[in-house]
Amino acid sequence: MDKYRFKPKSRIREFIGEKFIALNALAALIGILLIFIFIFKEAVPIFSDREVQEEASLSKMLYKQVYYEGREPKWSWQPNSTVPKYSLLPLFLGTIKAAIVAMLFAVPLAVGAAIYTSEFASRRMREIIKPVIELLAGLPSVVLGFFALVVLATALQKTFGFTYRLNAINAGIALGIAVIPIIFTVAEDAMNAVPKSLRDAAVALGANPWQVSFTMVLPAALPGIAAGVVLGFGRAIGETMIVLMASGNAAIISASFTESIRTFSATIAAELAEVVFGSPHYNVLFFIGTLLFIFTFVINLGGDFILNRLKKKLQGRS
Amino acid sequence: MTSVSETVTAVDSPLTSYQFGPKSKGTLPRGLTLAAVLIIVLILAVIMFNIILGGLGIISWKFLSRPPEQGMEAGGIFPAIFGTVALVFLMVIAVIPFGVMTAIYLHEYTRPDSVTTRLIRVAVNNLAGVPSIVFGLFGLGFFVGFIGSGIDSIFYEPGRPVWGQPAIIWAALTLSILTMPVVIVSTEEALRAIPRELKEASYALGATKLQTIIRIIVPQAMPGIFTGAILGISRGAGEVAPIMFTGAAYYLPYLPTKLNDQFMDLGYHIYVMATQSPDVEKTKPILYGTVLVLLVLTFLLNFVAIFIRSRIRTRRVNA
Repeated sequence: MDKYRFKPKSRIREFIGEKFIALNALAALIGILLIFIFIFKEAVPIFSDREVQEEASLSKMLYKQVYYEGREPKWSWQPNSTVPKYSLLPLFLGTIKAAIVAMLFAVPLAVGAAIYTSEFASRRMREIIKPVIELLAGLPSVVLGFFALVVLATALQKTFGFTYRLNAINAGIALGIAVIPIIFTVAEDAMNAVPKSLRDAAVALGANPWQVSFTMVLPAALPGIAAGVVLGFGRAIGETMIVLMASGNAAIISASFTESIRTFSATIAAELAEVVFGSPHYNVLFFIGTLLFIFTFVINLGGDFILNRLKKKLQGRS
Repeated sequence: MTSVSETVTAVDSPLTSYQFGPKSKGTLPRGLTLAAVLIIVLILAVIMFNIILGGLGIISWKFLSRPPEQGMEAGGIFPAIFGTVALVFLMVIAVIPFGVMTAIYLHEYTRPDSVTTRLIRVAVNNLAGVPSIVFGLFGLGFFVGFIGSGIDSIFYEPGRPVWGQPAIIWAALTLSILTMPVVIVSTEEALRAIPRELKEASYALGATKLQTIIRIIVPQAMPGIFTGAILGISRGAGEVAPIMFTGAAYYLPYLPTKLNDQFMDLGYHIYVMATQSPDVEKTKPILYGTVLVLLVLTFLLNFVAIFIRSRIRTRRVNA
């Protein structure tokens, strides 16, 4: 019993111990605050510094600009040109195009697989699907980017005859593969959270298993599935290495999905290494980072909110 | 089952909206959703086979133990393996204390609906969703630009930066913030699996809360903490965006030996070789080999984590 004899109580030690643990528990909170502060800090000159604004003000990033006398005004991202151009529109278009393709590819697969896993799969089947999804989630994005660059791009070009090997569709599909595990996990969790009593009630009313799924479980879990899709979209917007390697990185304005694109995240990754510390270009890249941070932050808060409310509702606490 | 449903439909029920139509076996939805599963499995299989087939040929002891030669067109990837291992080693040392203490605090000290708990949870969830490139910006702005340069300006003569430059320690710390949610979630799961009786027995023997945590809870949660560390390493080893400005280098003639050295990294090596190589066909075997090594590394770690976690889950069911 010696092993289980405790030293006499010490209130001071208890107090210090608790406070120490509490302090460390704030790390995540402090971390997220620091991230915002230190990224936004480098973007501030865009709003405050006259000299920086000469080159890259908010309106210059948003509206059409006349860059050369007598030419048409246009939106253009060419930060290293003799007349630096910082329009965000080409990057925005590229980001959205890649994310749209990713969602079109990932949502049907992920939601379908989640429905199958939660509603139809036998126990053994589930034990195969879960690890497959976890492995897919464990694929480093640089590996997916590599695969899209070397294998997928060639295969797609051969099949569909794209003019540009690296384009929005290629990057979007690879991005979709990266997003599948997130949507799957959240959607499957939501369906599993539907209480057994609801299912039993449907069975008692004469529904067979698939009617239970589609008239009872799916509608009840719908907000959760939607949250999964939203969170997946957030990930698709912020993902970097895949689009950096597989999208062609051309900042052009075009509605076509078969042309090359350049996304916000890839722009930061490609340009930050060569940028002059403290230059307007540097500030603009941090401003893009701030936008990405705020966007994903809002998406995550929203997704969380939906999931929490759903959980409470399904547990009958609202 | 049939007899029950017949009775229900036979009774003149006011719940007309809950009457179900003629029985369909649901073959179509079943088939469609199964197809989605199969396509996902197929995608993973194609990627794996492609990389294994492309990379297996070059893997040899020489490839794993030699530095690159002739501008990456020959030789091995040892410095990149060494750099990645050193990086995740530093990262895990930094992340474990914070992650574990956060989980303990959330699970043992606060009520689940208190304001602090909710704030911390929101922060953890959001941290998991911040794009990795944003971590890269943060690492450059905070660790390199603020902390590193700060140390330089206090302790060193002005001139050449000592700490205020990309270095393995800054890359590791950046990654440790990125992987913190993984460790927290995994530790919490382990804490939930600990039977309450154990804690009660400890209190009954006169232990204080802190003593119970240190001598009962943490040892019991060890497998979960270990799983979290492995998952964190697996995640961290594959990340490139956060380290490309905070310490990773394309080629170094030496191995990192000091905390402020730069380092070579498997993922970064893949990125640079795949996008900036002058002769892609010549570097392709080495590229595939590097991808295979990174993949084996992350998947092995993942398998171990999945295995340990499934054992924790069985224990909870049995308890």
